[in-house]
Amino acid sequence: MASVKEMRNRISSVKATQKITKAMQMVAAAKLRRAQGAAQSARPYALRMAAVIANLAAGVSGDGAPRLLVGTGGDQRHLIVVATSDRGLAGGFNTSIVRAAREKIAALINEGKAVKILTVGRKARDQIRRFYGNRSVGAIEAGGSPSLAVAEEVALKIRELFETGEVDVVTLFFSQFKSVVTQIPTGRQLIPAEVSAGAPAIELKGAAYEYEPDEETILAELLPRNITTQVFSAMLENQAGFFAAQMTAMDNATRNAGDMIASLTLQMNRARQAQITKELIEIISGAEAI
Amino acid sequence: MADKLQFSLVSPERELFSGLVDQVDAPGTEGDFGVLAGHAPFMTALREGPVTVHNDGSITVYEVRGGFADVTPDGFTVLAEHAVEAA
Repeated sequence: MASVKEMRNRISSVKATQKITKAMQMVAAAKLRRAQGAAQSARPYALRMAAVIANLAAGVSGDGAPRLLVGTGGDQRHLIVVATSDRGLAGGFNTSIVRAAREKIAALINEGKAVKILTVGRKARDQIRRFYGNRSVGAIEAGGSPSLAVAEEVALKIRELFETGEVDVVTLFFSQFKSVVTQIPTGRQLIPAEVSAGAPAIELKGAAYEYEPDEETILAELLPRNITTQVFSAMLENQAGFFAAQMTAMDNATRNAGDMIASLTLQMNRARQAQITKELIEIISGAEAI
Repeated sequence: MADKLQFSLVSPERELFSGLVDQVDAPGTEGDFGVLAGHAPFMTALREGPVTVHNDGSITVYEVRGGFADVTPDGFTVLAEHAVEAA
C-alpha cells in the first residue's frame, strides 16, 4: 500500500484537477447561453430563406433550373463537409459527428463512388486525416465563435468545387442542437438543394408573385447565399452543442473527481490508522519485553 | 390610417426589426420602392442603400447591403446580407 504522504499528494492533485473541471464547466455554461442565443437569433433568417427557396423552386423546373438546385444529374462524385469544433474536452461531441460522417463515407466508397472531404474545425481535420487523409481537399478552422466570414469561406470552397465540376453532391455533417442533453449528429444535403417540405408555404390568396428582375436571376443569387446560410447555421448549432456537451462532460468529470477524492481520503485514513496501530503494538510489545 | 404592415428585417446573425408599421421604403435593384399594407406579392433583390421604416410619424433608417425583399400577403420581409441601424 502507498504511503500516507504519497496519498496526500494524490489527493491534492485530484483536487486541483477538480477545480479546473469545475471552472471549465461554469465557463461552458456561460458560453452556452450566449451560443444558444446566437443560434436562436439566426433562425428567422434561415427559416425565411428556406420558405422563399421552396416557393421559388416550385416555380422553376426543366432545363432552365439552376444546377445548385437540381444538381448535375450525376451522383458519382460526393463531397462530404465535416464540421466540428476546434477544441476538445467535450465528451463524445466531435467524435460522434466524425463517426456519422465516416459511416456515410464508408458506405459511399462501398458503392464505388468517388468521395472528397472538406473539414471545418480542427477536431474534424485531425480525426479525418487518420482515416481518409488522402481524400481531403481542404481544412478550414472554425475559429472562436462562428462568424459569417468563415461560413462564406467554406461556402465559397464548396461552390468552387461544384462549379468546376469536381463534385455532384455535397453533404454537410454537423451536430444538431436539440437540447442541452441531446445533440444529434446530422447529415444535410447542400447540393442539390434540399427543398424542405416542412417550410411553410406562403399563402398568396390568389395573387400572382411578381419578380424583379426575374425568377432565375433571383434564384441564381439566392442559392449560393443559401449555402452560406446553411453552413453558418450548422456552425452555430455546433457551437451551442459543443458548449452543452462540454458542460455535461465537465460536470461528470467534477463529480468523478469528487468520488475519487472521497475514496482516496478513506484509503489514506485507513493507512494512517494502520500505521498508528502498528507503532502502538511495537511500543507495547517493547514495554512487555523489559 | 388604414391597416398596418407586418414588417421584419433579418440578417444572418439576428432579427433587427419585427413589428407593425405604416410604410417601408427599400432599395431594389430595379429601383427604390415603397410598401404599404396590402401590397401585391412581390420579390426582388436589394442593392446597397437605406431601408426606411415609417411608423406613427417617426422614421427609422437601416443601412442594408445585399439581400432580398419578399412581400407576401402576410407581410414584408427583408433578408439582408448585412444590416445596421443608421445613427
